[in-house]
Amino acid sequence: MAEELFRRSFKIHGRDFDKAGETSTEIKAILKSLSIDAGVIRHAVVVAFEAEMNVVMYADEGTMTFVLTDEAIGIEVADVGPGIPDLELAMQEGYSTASDEMRELGFGFGMGLPNIKRNSDTLSITTEVGKGTTVSSHILLDSHE
Amino acid sequence: MTLREVAGALKCEALTDSIDWGLEMEAVVASDGMSEILAFSSSGALMLTGLTNIQSVRTAVVADVRAIVYVRGKRPNERVIELAAEKAIPVLVTSLGMFDSCGILYRLGLKGAM
Repeated sequence: MAEELFRRSFKIHGRDFDKAGETSTEIKAILKSLSIDAGVIRHAVVVAFEAEMNVVMYADEGTMTFVLTDEAIGIEVADVGPGIPDLELAMQEGYSTASDEMRELGFGFGMGLPNIKRNSDTLSITTEVGKGTTVSSHILLDSHE
Repeated sequence: MTLREVAGALKCEALTDSIDWGLEMEAVVASDGMSEILAFSSSGALMLTGLTNIQSVRTAVVADVRAIVYVRGKRPNERVIELAAEKAIPVLVTSLGMFDSCGILYRLGLKGAM
């Protein structure tokens, strides 16, 4: 059983584009201060950032829970929002339901969930239309350069 | 290639103070799509973008980008520049477009980050 070393939860507010990304950069600073390998940090923070942007763009609100154990970094982002009607489609690179406003911000080109998958060692996504989505990712501490 | 050489080649203006002009740029990632930068950047890359909002700097932080050049003469606002300075990421602006900027740097030997 992995030993838990650090745990913290952050609130994410839907449509708050100005603050979008703050939580993930804060997590990066925490991981750096804990002397985690730079490659591992990068994977974890890309997952956190993309998941955070998804909440800001699509959901009403969400919570990001960040857990560090002696084996892995866990990032769970649970939101209250519209859910994803076709998860398989949403996982395809280039598929997007983003608005023009989101694209003007540099997001919504259908790369978010694929980026999360690419940077995770394990990933599970549960979603219910009209209720919300939970993304749970783990990044192993010893599997990257 | 150093940041000084990049700035000279693209006729850049510096927007942050105390820039370390000797910083080595290992490669370039060029896009207005932030997820593309996250997907295809490598550590120590130079980021070229026309997107000037606060997320451009947050993306640069997450992607371990070493410096940002805003193309097409687009200038970020003060808050964006302040965040970059706080994160020790030099920020420059060039009046050149994305295509010409990439072409010039490529001809000088820089390659894409992916």
